[in-house]
Amino acid sequence: MDINSHTGTPDFELDEPLAPKRTRFEEFWRLFKQNKLAILGLVFFILFFLTALLGLVLTSGTDPFFDPALVRLQEKLRPPLARPNLASLQAAEIPTLGFYLFGTDDLGRDVFARMLQGAWVSLTVGFVAVGIALAIGIFMGGIAGFYGQRHIRIYQLAVIVLFFSGALLLVAGRVYAGLALFACTAGCILLSIQLKKSVRGKIKPAWARFWYFNTLSIDTVVMRFVDIMLCFPSFFLILTVVALLPASIYNIMIVIGMTSWMGATRFVRAEFLSLREQDFVAAARALGLSNFRIIFRHMMPNAVAPVLVSATIGIASAILTEAGLSFLGFGVPPPHATWGNILSDGKRFIFDAPWLTFVPGIAILIVVLSFNLFGEGLRDVLNPKLRERN
Amino acid sequence: MISFIGRSAVQKVVTLFFVSIVSFLIIHLAPGEPSQVDPLNPKFTPEMVERFRAAFHLDDPLYMQYLYFYRDLFSGKTISWKDNQPVLEKIWERFLNSLPLFIVGTILTWTISFPVGIRSAIFRGGFYDRSATFFSYLLISIPGFFFAYILIILVVNQFHVPVIGMETFGIGDTGWLNRAMDRVWHLLLPSLLGATAGIAVLSRYVRSQMLEVEGQDYVRTAKAKGLKPDQVHYKHALRNALLPFVTMFGLILPGLIGGSVIIESIFAWPGMGRMAYEAILARDYPVILTINFVSAVLVLIGTFISDLLYLVVDPRIRL
Repeated sequence: MDINSHTGTPDFELDEPLAPKRTRFEEFWRLFKQNKLAILGLVFFILFFLTALLGLVLTSGTDPFFDPALVRLQEKLRPPLARPNLASLQAAEIPTLGFYLFGTDDLGRDVFARMLQGAWVSLTVGFVAVGIALAIGIFMGGIAGFYGQRHIRIYQLAVIVLFFSGALLLVAGRVYAGLALFACTAGCILLSIQLKKSVRGKIKPAWARFWYFNTLSIDTVVMRFVDIMLCFPSFFLILTVVALLPASIYNIMIVIGMTSWMGATRFVRAEFLSLREQDFVAAARALGLSNFRIIFRHMMPNAVAPVLVSATIGIASAILTEAGLSFLGFGVPPPHATWGNILSDGKRFIFDAPWLTFVPGIAILIVVLSFNLFGEGLRDVLNPKLRERN
Repeated sequence: MISFIGRSAVQKVVTLFFVSIVSFLIIHLAPGEPSQVDPLNPKFTPEMVERFRAAFHLDDPLYMQYLYFYRDLFSGKTISWKDNQPVLEKIWERFLNSLPLFIVGTILTWTISFPVGIRSAIFRGGFYDRSATFFSYLLISIPGFFFAYILIILVVNQFHVPVIGMETFGIGDTGWLNRAMDRVWHLLLPSLLGATAGIAVLSRYVRSQMLEVEGQDYVRTAKAKGLKPDQVHYKHALRNALLPFVTMFGLILPGLIGGSVIIESIFAWPGMGRMAYEAILARDYPVILTINFVSAVLVLIGTFISDLLYLVVDPRIRL
């Protein structure tokens, strides 16, 4: 009826879609709004983000607004909201707020300032570690899902093995042996190129067929590697590596990232396996698009939903892991505060100064909880199968 | 079936081999050496370091060290670098300490999470369901060490019982009942803490599994023909919802050796986790590698058992 009324336009032109037009984001937001807990998570997440940014600005520099490292031994273990004893403090030592919002620790440092400083550590560890994990996971999962059915040929295997053992020997200090292996690698590559030219179209001799012999498929290699990584007890592995490496926040981020990419790999691979059989990918391929474009422009946006959810929850667990490591005394070297080491320092005073335990503990709890709730909300919205029918 | 077992076993052995290589490389390529642990110790003379390096093959190339290590491991002769004790005996001793924690924790996990999950699935969307959901998120998100201190403060202030360690120091010989109660009190908190995350995750999983089954046609049929709700929920739905959990029995196996580092060090519990932590601090490579290897074996056996159980309980799966 609607179409008939537009007599001026030709029949084959639909000038207005009949369904109400909503962008993807509007649709997403409409569904997301229904989940109160997820909204709460999002709000806390934004608050945490702003706090961490503000904390970085206010506590760093030579003359910070809140000084987290200022020791006032005469003011130690003051409870939250306590007013400083102005008679015993010099002008520079008076807390900026005029009172100790979260109390002071056993060295008389302002816990509020230390919490502000620690927020940035938690935030960056969470995001960078998960970023690393996602980068590795998407790359490996993408390879396994898209190129998984291809096989690694003998010559490719030879090149890889020779190259890496050469690199290992170089690292171990055997320069000549390493260079010899590199030469072998180059020889293999040249031989393969030459072979490709000379036997094109002809029947290959036996040794050339061996040269091109299929070994394992790429999918097998990647997924077995995932299995191997899943065999390690993850917190123990992280602890081992962090203990062996010099203490630094970057090492922790890298190690957490390198040990938590397996989930993302599995998700991306599973999505890719189903997506590559779908019509729009066949159409893209028929149009002659490059594999690179098909993967990143057409398949990745469709595969990213479950990865996003696991990433949000991954941030939560990375923050927990970092707090656990700081609690055990690994991680960021001491004068710098993290929520984990504030709690760890406070554990000797749990009965006398419980705020040293409760303030960082509740902060970690709220942040991790907000990430988890937000992630679960995302999962509900992004997965149409889980939606309640109404 | 036989071919599945054979293939699976071969695959697991290959995986284990690579795990052993990777863990060996991680430990040995990281900077720092065990012979440099204590350079300021006056007893640690260069001759000592020399003897130490020779005794533990530290001057050999890496692949020889690898072969030596795993030869010793399989013949049971691995000794700790720290105190020259046989590693396997040390692990066994600590394992026996961790075992009660594991058993009580597992029992708590499985007995609490099932009723909670089933109930919230049956009353989906109700007050009970929503509060159970919120509490399970809370338990997943709470840092273990923070929760431990909350519980310590609570228990010590309310009940005036000591909770640190495996038993009260110097309890000596006061009657067996006292000693048993003492042990129970010491056991309760760490195992409860070990179980919290498990309870939260498992109850969510039970709930979603139960919801999925409750939406099936045969459950609607059972309701439609007028069966009592209890019979529908517990006989028709629950039995089918339980299927995936049978396989999870295999997956709890790795927990045997994984004893939590953080919880055991808070409660000064001399278990596996603490030993691993001490070994890492002392760079006691044989202990670290052995724990890693044993836990990888347990993970592989666990997945193998769970695959087999799946095969046995689910007639739809044929290999």
